[in-house]
Amino acid sequence: MAFLSAVSHKSDESEKKRSFLPYLLLLPGLVWLFFFFLMPILTLVSTSTKTPGLGIGEFDQTYRFANYWDAIVNSRGQFFRSFEYASIATIMALIIAYPLAYAIAFRSGRWKNVLLVLVVAPFFTSFILRTIAWKQILGGQGIGFKFLTWLHIISPQSHLTASAFAVVAGLTYNFLPFMTLPLYSSLERIDPRTMEASGDLYANAFTTFRKVTLPLSMPGVVAGTLLTFIPAAGDYVNAEILGNPQTKMIGNVINARYLQIVDYPTAAALSFTLMVAILIMVTLYIRKSGTEELV
Amino acid sequence: MVDASTSAHGDIKLSNLTKSFADFTAVDDLTLTIPEGSFFALLGPSGCGKTTTLRMIAGLEEPTAGSIFIGNTDITHMRPYKRPVNTVFQNYALFPHLSIFENVAFGLRRRGIKDVKEQVDKVLDLVELPHLAQRKPLQLSGGQQQRIAVARAIVNRPALLLLDEPLGALDLKLRRQMQIELKWIQTEIGLTFVHVTHDQEEAMTMADTIAVMNEGRIEQMGSPADLYDNPKTAFVANFLGQSNLIKGSIESNGSESLVVNLFGQKVAVPRARSSARDSSILVGIRPEKLRISPETSSASGNVLTGGIIEDVSYIGVSTQYQVLMPWGQELMVFEQNDDGVPPLDKGDRITLSWEPIFTFGLDGSEDANAGSELHNDEEE
Amino acid sequence: MRKARRWFSRNLIRIYAVMGFTYLFIPVLYTFAFSFNNSSKSNLVWRGFTFNNWKNPCGAPDVCNALGNSIKIGLIATAIATVLGTMIAFALGRYAFKGRSLVNLLIFLPMATPELVLGASLLTMFLNFGFNPGFVTIVIAHVMFCISFVVVTVKARIASLDPRLEQAAMDLYADERETFRRITFPLLAPGIAGAALLAFSLSFDDFIITNFNSGNVNTFPKFVYISAERGLPAQANVIGSAMFFIALIVVLLGQVVQRRRKVS
Repeated sequence: MAFLSAVSHKSDESEKKRSFLPYLLLLPGLVWLFFFFLMPILTLVSTSTKTPGLGIGEFDQTYRFANYWDAIVNSRGQFFRSFEYASIATIMALIIAYPLAYAIAFRSGRWKNVLLVLVVAPFFTSFILRTIAWKQILGGQGIGFKFLTWLHIISPQSHLTASAFAVVAGLTYNFLPFMTLPLYSSLERIDPRTMEASGDLYANAFTTFRKVTLPLSMPGVVAGTLLTFIPAAGDYVNAEILGNPQTKMIGNVINARYLQIVDYPTAAALSFTLMVAILIMVTLYIRKSGTEELV
Repeated sequence: MVDASTSAHGDIKLSNLTKSFADFTAVDDLTLTIPEGSFFALLGPSGCGKTTTLRMIAGLEEPTAGSIFIGNTDITHMRPYKRPVNTVFQNYALFPHLSIFENVAFGLRRRGIKDVKEQVDKVLDLVELPHLAQRKPLQLSGGQQQRIAVARAIVNRPALLLLDEPLGALDLKLRRQMQIELKWIQTEIGLTFVHVTHDQEEAMTMADTIAVMNEGRIEQMGSPADLYDNPKTAFVANFLGQSNLIKGSIESNGSESLVVNLFGQKVAVPRARSSARDSSILVGIRPEKLRISPETSSASGNVLTGGIIEDVSYIGVSTQYQVLMPWGQELMVFEQNDDGVPPLDKGDRITLSWEPIFTFGLDGSEDANAGSELHNDEEE
Repeated sequence: MRKARRWFSRNLIRIYAVMGFTYLFIPVLYTFAFSFNNSSKSNLVWRGFTFNNWKNPCGAPDVCNALGNSIKIGLIATAIATVLGTMIAFALGRYAFKGRSLVNLLIFLPMATPELVLGASLLTMFLNFGFNPGFVTIVIAHVMFCISFVVVTVKARIASLDPRLEQAAMDLYADERETFRRITFPLLAPGIAGAALLAFSLSFDDFIITNFNSGNVNTFPKFVYISAERGLPAQANVIGSAMFFIALIVVLLGQVVQRRRKVS
């Protein structure tokens, strides 16, 4: 009996210990995120209200909130362009990825896993390399360009690269896997019998899609559009490689302010504005689509 | 140091066991004794607290109050891996990454037993699947997985084996076969089995003793025949098979039997089979105990006249009649087809009769429909 | 004619999928093809077929140094992010504790922040503290943005793990530690491996955050970006294609191993 009471005493103690355990598990990761995500964002905010000091790259805190006004007014065109390009690219990616994800989820049979791997596989050829490849394929001397002129789809005088079209196409291309994977995983969870049942209840293929398949795949649509829109809105590589001076996005401005002009306050103000703008849009979007599954 | 997992044995005693969650009480002040070596069934609809009771015995749920003893050992707050209790889980919970052999050997290895191979081989022989030792669980059929789940538990020779709806995932034919096999295994190795199920037929086939649970309490406990022939509550009468329950009042109270007035007609109820507390009573009779005859012929025993056949269903071995009585109640009658098809039809006026010893009496304050809507065919 | 139309409409979705994959793979194929281009400096125009670039993948200046850095950074960042992220996923997936929604938010925020902002803010802080960007700052940055993806991936895996398996282990005399070692961890291992692979590929392919926090240290994407201005050497195509095939083989082998483990 003495032994048994010792056992139950011990189990009480381990019960208590277990309530500390989650915090122990969280601690290192959260410390990392605190120091290298939250702290930097706070530094960014504090830098955004500084003004130039004596030397190059030196800035003093003067709480000049007008930095935001100046920065936004000067770059409003690029801001709007970023959200415009990112929106179009997101919609394009959704249109391309949905049937792709659908085919993998329901029509691929035993090839399912292989096809899934193939969706992610282009990642491993560096995304910069692939973007440059597009530039070369569609450039004036590229095989893609020559092929399209040979087909008389475009005239030899036109050019495909260094254009808004090329930037949006590049964004669409680069984030396509981010759209396809979440779509796939929510489509895959749908019981195909629900679609058969819809057909059985006199819905045609289109109505079945609109009333059954699409609503059930909404979590994937929401996750995919976010994973595409967020990086697309902040991207500058596609605009750099595939665009021209008239297609510069906000990312190009921030990048140049930081790394070339060394105007940290303006760059910080723009960065923080971009972050807040995206967070507001994301929050509204998640609220509206009623999906909290993401977090 | 003596390990409780090997030393404890004896009857299982639950005293005042209670489990409350935030918004409801799953198990309410449960007290019962399960004799060592018996095959005990906890029977009830889903949500009645039977699975929670099982999980508390297994140590997977902490009781809010009360205690659990095996013999003289208090296991109420013991960690699950310290208890001499093993479980056959619903859907089996076989480890998908381990071979069948390693699944069965799992408990033995954790306890540091020496002759693992010998014991595993022996138990695989017992469940007749020695040839599957090197397979993975997903390669086995449902019935085979079920047997491996039993083997994995009994190889540890626990003082108590818990079975949580172990046959729920199997089809009817396989289920019947496994019922017989489980019963055979239990007699063969002589362990105490506690079996949780919502299937009354399954409980009746296998168990020595059945406890019928409803809303966290035990309604009635006894042998299958005892529960069926002499239910003490309307819930038991309706949940275990079907019953006709007719409201009446006790007119006279003899030493052997009671005379009960059922809407103007008098029937006898054996005194010992009545649990009425005052003159109000529900008279119960099983449908197969009723005899049905044309109004014109004579009948003996307890007799009720004035019935009209509302519906006839012929189902091979028997015929089921739905009879409308003069007071507006519908009664069920099952008649064996041993004389061929009886010459009775929808709309015929008939008389019902039965032997008084088959009658049981319930307290008149009970709801005559309790438990009937939960009948049988639900799945958890 | 009608037959052909019916075939077409029945296979419409498959045809569409094939087109989708073609779109995905055009630049990969192009990169692969031009890895055999017999070009001296700029790899723009086809000048004939050669194996020289594959025989001599480090032939271009600094390319293998950059690749080596990328692999080293990827491995270190993946190891740290996988451990930290898995721990967080366990806390979120298995325990009830106060402040859970705050933790969820802190995990979600880095994923909802553009890479540019992540990179820029980190650089701002490093500069404020007089910390020179280099190898260490790249690793720090990569761990930071990989943690969230690891948490999300592993958490999903934990959520789909049947709790009855762990209960069964406890029922069969395994204490908490043994249950974790013999049941929980082996069953989650494929999910954790998947998360690690994701983290490595995110780290290996990252350019924007790296470009901010790398100082003079070169990584493979940075090398490609910089040398693109004066003509990309064919060795970049060789390495890009090789990484593609290596990753494909690793993932497919992983799939085969997993299938083996399940059946047989």
